[in-house]
Amino acid sequence: MKVTAQPTADTLTLLLDGELDASSAIVLDTELAKPDILDYRKVLIDCAKLSYISSAGLGVFISHLQRFQDAHVKLVFFNMQEKVFNVFEILGLDALMTIVPTATEAEAA
Amino acid sequence: MKSALRIACSRSHLQQVRDFVRTYLSNRQLPEIAINQVVLAVDEVVANFIIHANGEDESQFLDLKIDIKEHELNVEITDNGDTIYLPEPHQNPDLRDYIRQGRKGGMGMTLVNRLMDRVVFFTRGNHTVCHLSKHLA
Repeated sequence: MKVTAQPTADTLTLLLDGELDASSAIVLDTELAKPDILDYRKVLIDCAKLSYISSAGLGVFISHLQRFQDAHVKLVFFNMQEKVFNVFEILGLDALMTIVPTATEAEAA
Repeated sequence: MKSALRIACSRSHLQQVRDFVRTYLSNRQLPEIAINQVVLAVDEVVANFIIHANGEDESQFLDLKIDIKEHELNVEITDNGDTIYLPEPHQNPDLRDYIRQGRKGGMGMTLVNRLMDRVVFFTRGNHTVCHLSKHLA
């Protein structure tokens, strides 16, 4: 699992590459836990190369969501593969998180 | 086609478990989502055995067996550790509450129960066994 951060003025885009499981979730957790992430207005998660997610990966996002909301930082997922979106759907997380098809829609969200 | 796998109780072997299940299902002409759902269910149970039943003790090991007969998939995961691990009966978590609490865990077995047709934990001697089954069209 590789996480690449691409900061711009008020937006941080994190590109996820690989499989997010109970072994690799710590990499993403470390990135999302950085205090300065709350300085951004938006955190966009580019899921184009995210090929797998387990409950441990979902748990990382869930555990930071309230902190982001309290700091008025919008968390938006985009470019999600169908099989990964299906996992969000099974738990009903697609209704609780902002997931859009494209980067353009993520920037506008 | 290899249908059995033994791994030590380390999270680092989860990728090996997923590859084992994917390879087994790869020539069955199944949709990618269906394969991913089975892979996910097995990964969740194995992760629970590694982390919660064995405390990531790499001297302990798990045995996996997978089989399909007439579209009926059966997976058996045996924990060779001596701790009996029988998860609580399945409950639907309140995810809004999880978000408020900042909870990281507690969704794995919910996923497993929603993904598979049948999920049974039982004891065989002093070991715990999980049996998963699902009809694959």
